[in-house]
Amino acid sequence: MTKGSPKRSEEKGWKEIPIGGVIDKAGSAAEYNTGDWRTFKPIVDKDKCIHCLQCWMYCPDSSVLVKDKKMVGFDYEHCKGCGICASVCPVKCIKMEKE
Amino acid sequence: MSKLRALTGDQAAAEAMRQIEPDVVAAYPITPQTEIVMNFAQFVADGRVQTEMIPVESEHSAMSACVGAAASGARTMTATSANGLALMWEIVYIAASTRLPIVMPVVNRALSGPINIHCDHSDTMGARDSGWLQIYCENNQEVYDNVIMAVRIAEHKDILLPVMVCQDGFITSHALEGIKIYDDKQVKDFISEYKLQHSLLDIEHPVTYGPLDLQNFYFEHKRQQAEGMKNALTAMPEVFSEFKQQFGTKYDFIDTYKLNDADIAIVALSSTAGTARVVVDQLRAKGKKVGLLRPRVFRPFPKEKIIQALKNLKAVAIMDRSDSFSGQGGPLFAEFRSALLDEPRRPLTVNYIYGLGGRDIDTEQIKSVYADLEKIAKERQVKELVNYLGVR
Repeated sequence: MTKGSPKRSEEKGWKEIPIGGVIDKAGSAAEYNTGDWRTFKPIVDKDKCIHCLQCWMYCPDSSVLVKDKKMVGFDYEHCKGCGICASVCPVKCIKMEKE
Repeated sequence: MSKLRALTGDQAAAEAMRQIEPDVVAAYPITPQTEIVMNFAQFVADGRVQTEMIPVESEHSAMSACVGAAASGARTMTATSANGLALMWEIVYIAASTRLPIVMPVVNRALSGPINIHCDHSDTMGARDSGWLQIYCENNQEVYDNVIMAVRIAEHKDILLPVMVCQDGFITSHALEGIKIYDDKQVKDFISEYKLQHSLLDIEHPVTYGPLDLQNFYFEHKRQQAEGMKNALTAMPEVFSEFKQQFGTKYDFIDTYKLNDADIAIVALSSTAGTARVVVDQLRAKGKKVGLLRPRVFRPFPKEKIIQALKNLKAVAIMDRSDSFSGQGGPLFAEFRSALLDEPRRPLTVNYIYGLGGRDIDTEQIKSVYADLEKIAKERQVKELVNYLGVR
């Protein structure tokens, strides 16, 4: 499990959660660590990256981190390891490594 | 003040819906439910209700629209039969697990195939594990009363589950009976205002319905659902007694007839109980100690009431108007045997599958079951556990 996901035994019990699977809080999707799903992890070679931000545009999970118009890494809490970033990178500076 | 009107079972359901005046009705017509949708659509067309009627392209869409409407906080109803229920299957489960108090009259009809439009219970019995409450009606008055009560039951804060109100296709749905219709205002007062705790339309408090629910929480939601169904056993009597105060009729989970001192009895759902009651009277006149038990509610299964009513009998025939193809009897039989199993003192039980595809069940057939029961009680053994009654 990705860091930040509570252990199953520590989650709330059935008497403590809203019924019917309703999520009674807006914008809570970020709390769901989809990084748990990943088999392959994207690794960026920062020396080769040209900061074209195509990976940022294509990432379906908003998991490419950008600061001051520069690609600075990945949000591994949410990156599912789909590999689209590696596929679209024009300079092939992202490789997918087995977790 | 109530007044007596001659209505079919379908018209009775539609009349109850008119008085309930749900916010949304999404439905697709199917025999023998058609007259419910037809009559209700007429009420909408005539401006007698303010309901938003959604004439959908299929039952799958009907139940989907109902789920959306109910999640927004609308009081929501639909109606169906047989293959229509089968087509909405996927969403039937979603309605229950999303805890949406949708009320759905179901006019029981044999599930294809071969294709057949007449009464049996294979449609709703197939949905017995879907998480919906199921109420079965013997006559048109019960259809009317139960549809009204179902709104309160479904919306009860301790239940919050959808409810099917089942009646026998053609036998009651298309037969005229004199039924007591209450004042519109009385019905409106009884059902009162409905307010959903989490509405999709409440933009001040946005919520998500139907999210992905994996290993971490799905099980907890199912456990809650089981509790909602269990709660119905204690919450429904509140609605029954309020209904009695308002309208005078006392309902319960089961209906018994001459069962107190009986040695043998038949268990049957819906209209068949009416026929069995005639036979009970005939046999009682001959001094035979026979009785009848009709479950009014099948989900939740009123186990304790059933045990109390049956435990002192010698033999009981459980009549199933559908087969489960388990090789050991119909669904009602399995539930009854399971309920009675832990009782140190319990009757011998035997199963009769009857009336499939609308095959008539008459007094002679029912008499033959009581005759079998007499033999079973005397010999203290059941030779044939599962019997097919009235088949050639």
